[in-house]
Amino acid sequence: MNMNLSNEYVQQRLVEKFGDQVHSFEEPYGMLTFEAPKELNLKVLNFLFDDVHLQYRFLTDLTGVHYPDQAGRELAVVYHLHNLSAKHRIRFKVFTDIQTPDVYTATGLFATANWMERETFDFYGVNFVGHPNLKRILNVEEMDYFPLRKEFPLEDQTRIDKDDAMFGRG
Amino acid sequence: MSRPVSYNLIQKPLEADISIADLPDGHMGDGFFATSLSKVVGLARKNSIWPLPFATSCCGIEFMATMGSHYDLSRFGSERVGFSPRQCDLLMVMGTIAKKMGPVVKQVYLQMAEPRWVIAVGACASSGGIFDTYSVLQGIDQVIPVDVYVPGCPPRPEAIIDGVMRIQDLVEKESIRRRESEQYRGLLESYGIQ
Repeated sequence: MNMNLSNEYVQQRLVEKFGDQVHSFEEPYGMLTFEAPKELNLKVLNFLFDDVHLQYRFLTDLTGVHYPDQAGRELAVVYHLHNLSAKHRIRFKVFTDIQTPDVYTATGLFATANWMERETFDFYGVNFVGHPNLKRILNVEEMDYFPLRKEFPLEDQTRIDKDDAMFGRG
Repeated sequence: MSRPVSYNLIQKPLEADISIADLPDGHMGDGFFATSLSKVVGLARKNSIWPLPFATSCCGIEFMATMGSHYDLSRFGSERVGFSPRQCDLLMVMGTIAKKMGPVVKQVYLQMAEPRWVIAVGACASSGGIFDTYSVLQGIDQVIPVDVYVPGCPPRPEAIIDGVMRIQDLVEKESIRRRESEQYRGLLESYGIQ
């Protein structure tokens, strides 16, 4: 087991294994961040999980981001991984088209991904293929949109459930 | 040795031994007093309102201060705070009501027996307040009828007491036939309540 993981070492191992498929390596605030095609997300996560020297076995966070200006890759799914024994964290992103937001579920690898993926589905509409129970977790079940997508501003003028006079703009 | 601070040095005489509500309008003569039943019932109801606190946030903390000895809501006949909706007359909704909480507020309202009154305490219960967002109910009058709105974020205990006194005015003046009226039925039906 490697007790001294470095960003350079993790990047080198990933490039050895996946070649050009992993790219956009960055280190914002010293945290290794990289990207892969969404079809490879489970392969990359499995490699980081199983490799004897990497052992990223704790999923700290899983979340979505909406970039409405990036045509064809509007939705990002971000995985925050943690190697508990080496105390090293990395960030892994996959991007998907908003028309077909299908991403393979990580629930087989991390049980904790279950609720996090439901939350990401709830707010961004990412369809996690293979998820055992993909339904809304925080919002009301009748909600018919994904509220954190940018086309739904908080002060949406088309909403009918609020009284504009109460907000001084009636 | 005298104590540095002494309390209650000035004796204040009580205004009256027992506080008694004023007589309603009516005809009085030697040995009789005649008034309408509504006024008598209103007088009795007004001074024994049982509140049901539905406190979800900071307005609830202000309500706790209102119930405490300093402000003492019991001076207005409301010291008996019930925690079963079936026993209570006044639903006090204090705090932000999320859309997921909306059906719970309505359920509690439905469990109360007529006559029942509702007071929306604070900006959130009245209009959604600062939470102009997808997850918050924009005022509890979206799900249940409200009698009195108390403004403030949160309102001071004085404002909550004022709201309860406005409820007392409504209770006092309400006709005992109001709850059977077409108008009241129509109001409930507009909320989908039979």
